[in-house]
Amino acid sequence: MSALAHVPTPSGPAAPAPPPRRGRHRLLPYLLLLPGAAWLFVFFAVPLLQLAAASLYDPSGSLSTGYALTWAFSNYPDALQAYWPQFARSFGYAGIALVLALLLGYPLAYAIAQKAGRWKNLLLVCVVAPMFTSFLVRTLAWKTILSDNGWFVGLLRDVHLLAPDGRLLATPFAVILGLTYNFLPFLVLPLYASLERLDHRLLEAAGDLYANPVQTFRRVTLPLSMPGLIAGTLLFFIPATGDYINAELLGTPNEYMIGNVIDSAFLVRLDYPQGAALSFLLMAAILAVVFGYLRRAGTEEVL
Amino acid sequence: MIGMGAKLRERDAPAGDLRLANLTKRFGIFTAVDDLSLTIPQGSFFALLGSSGCGKTTTLRMIAGLEEPTSGQVLLGARDVTRLRPYKRPVNTVFQSYALFPHLDVHQNVAFGLRRRGKRSTDDDVMGMLELVQLRDYARHYPAQLSGGQQQRVALVRALVNHPQVLLLDEPLGALDLKLRRQMQIELKRIQTEVGITFVHVTHDQEEAMTMADTVAVMNAGRIEQLGAPAELYEFPATAFVANFLGQSNLLAAEAAGPAGSDVPVTAHGARFSVPADRARSDRGAVYLGVRPEKLHLVGSAAQVPSGHQHVEGVVTDASYVGVSTQYLVRTGWGSEISAFTANSGTGGQHPVGTPVVAHWDPRHAFLLPREPGQDDRTTPLLDEPVGAPS
Ligand SMILES: Nc1ncnc2c1ncn2[C@@H]1O[C@H](COP(=O)(O)OP(=O)(O)OP(=O)(O)O)[C@@H](O)[C@H]1O
Ligand SMILES: [Mg+2]
Repeated sequence: MSALAHVPTPSGPAAPAPPPRRGRHRLLPYLLLLPGAAWLFVFFAVPLLQLAAASLYDPSGSLSTGYALTWAFSNYPDALQAYWPQFARSFGYAGIALVLALLLGYPLAYAIAQKAGRWKNLLLVCVVAPMFTSFLVRTLAWKTILSDNGWFVGLLRDVHLLAPDGRLLATPFAVILGLTYNFLPFLVLPLYASLERLDHRLLEAAGDLYANPVQTFRRVTLPLSMPGLIAGTLLFFIPATGDYINAELLGTPNEYMIGNVIDSAFLVRLDYPQGAALSFLLMAAILAVVFGYLRRAGTEEVL
Repeated sequence: MIGMGAKLRERDAPAGDLRLANLTKRFGIFTAVDDLSLTIPQGSFFALLGSSGCGKTTTLRMIAGLEEPTSGQVLLGARDVTRLRPYKRPVNTVFQSYALFPHLDVHQNVAFGLRRRGKRSTDDDVMGMLELVQLRDYARHYPAQLSGGQQQRVALVRALVNHPQVLLLDEPLGALDLKLRRQMQIELKRIQTEVGITFVHVTHDQEEAMTMADTVAVMNAGRIEQLGAPAELYEFPATAFVANFLGQSNLLAAEAAGPAGSDVPVTAHGARFSVPADRARSDRGAVYLGVRPEKLHLVGSAAQVPSGHQHVEGVVTDASYVGVSTQYLVRTGWGSEISAFTANSGTGGQHPVGTPVVAHWDPRHAFLLPREPGQDDRTTPLLDEPVGAPS
């Protein structure tokens, strides 16, 4: 991932070729790779190929009648035609959640890394602690918090931030909130790791060189935290886009994301070709977004 | 780039002296800088000299605005800048740790300050500065690709290119080899004279301080022990610390009983000496009689001592030939050792170890310093002796 490396490698003469070594030594790295490669092959490559095949099955087949591989490429446009709103919603919700998470997570990571002093470890534990309970339980907890009869909604109604019959649960707000909350640690932790390594003397140097706090952030802090920021946004955005639990528990079919559609295609409607085609479409869309993002983030002129 | 300096200076706050008034910094109960007051005239080259941990960096950080004083003031001309944020001060720092931005190349690092002040075309200034420190070819390298000495030079020009009113240099030449170091010293001095920036230069290297600075301040444990022109400090130190920190000194424990005429007679180890009254920092009670090793001359017998000179007798215990001079250790009759340097100018013979000698000096080269009662003779150990060896 060259985009993560900010400092270009030296442009001097190429390093001299390593001296020839004995064969066994040259093979060793590959031997060490073998278990991982085997694992990837069995549990990633094979299922992926199977899924690719399934996405091209004859859509009129069913579990009882069996499926035939008829290279039905039309599964793809058909699936997109039927479910593009959920696609758009997935990216929309995940995008909004990402912005919210950045607004919450960057100051949080910065404070923990640079200002927390001896509270650093405790605060880090607080960020990670929710992960000790299951994703499902945490989301259900939000369902309770946001419920129509809960104190939170009551409070909002009392201060007229919410109409007397207004609700939070089963709205896009609840789903986006759930996404933001559930994936926040994935953003904060890599960001923290980057900001932790940030030498505060560089910030002092920037101040000494006439950079006000905003310029110091823009010219020094932000570029130096870029690796963590890129890793964090990807770790946040990719699972958030494919998520279906939040929409399922905190939303209604009106808030369903593409994950819910794939979930129901496989487990409810048993429409395997469509589920598989949607899965591939999602994967392709995410890859496109990620590569577009990396290209931009990686080549951005930092000064 | 010199012309630009003049322009920038006009635009900046009115020029003036840098004044520190009762500046104090405490970290918890530890006092790093203790009630420091001094005035550094505009355009002067001021060197702050002192042993490690005596508070030099802390002083600079307070001038730069990176550390808030516990009490006291920092004034630039008539302007009190004590509470001014660092980015608003016309002060730049060459940091002891360089603090180069790792994500910016050399050119961008040097241009950083100019850019922040809204200067559009920085290339001429930056390249001119890089030329000055022989780093033109490295403009597009990143700090991680530079040697320690190259990084230090980048740090230097990154601050210098801004032509601040005051430039703070925290051991800016520490990582350079001797040749480059001398070259940079000359360059720095030249730049300083040309653009008239006030330089506050922190260093461990007393020779560097003495050759470059108009004024040297010797700092010890958060306080200034003495401040003055280099020759003044060397020829007539104010305290035993300064006498031993700046060059070497033989300090004999002596007792003085007040001035008699234009001289101060003292008694040291049963022998009587005298020092001109204007060379006495203290003329009563416990004093040190100080003589620099190079002001001591060795002869074979008391008969050879010139008239008007004073002398002590002893035996050579060590002779180190160091090329330009020979450094002798002479054990005196009362058991302590004094050191004497004699120039290898071809005149005057050598004194082998074990021979009795007479060390004599012109009283006008001696000085009297206050001494805590009970403190014994002090001689800076010879360079080739392990530090802390019994003397
Ligand atoms: N942030 C801090 N917290 C606590 N003590 C500090 C702090 N900064 C400096 N000190 C202490 O203040 C004293 C002076 O430090 P300073 O960095 O000014 O020394 P220095 O004269 O620059 O030494 P050196 O020549 O080694 O750089 C030291 O004893 C140091 O331990
Ligand atoms: Mg220091």
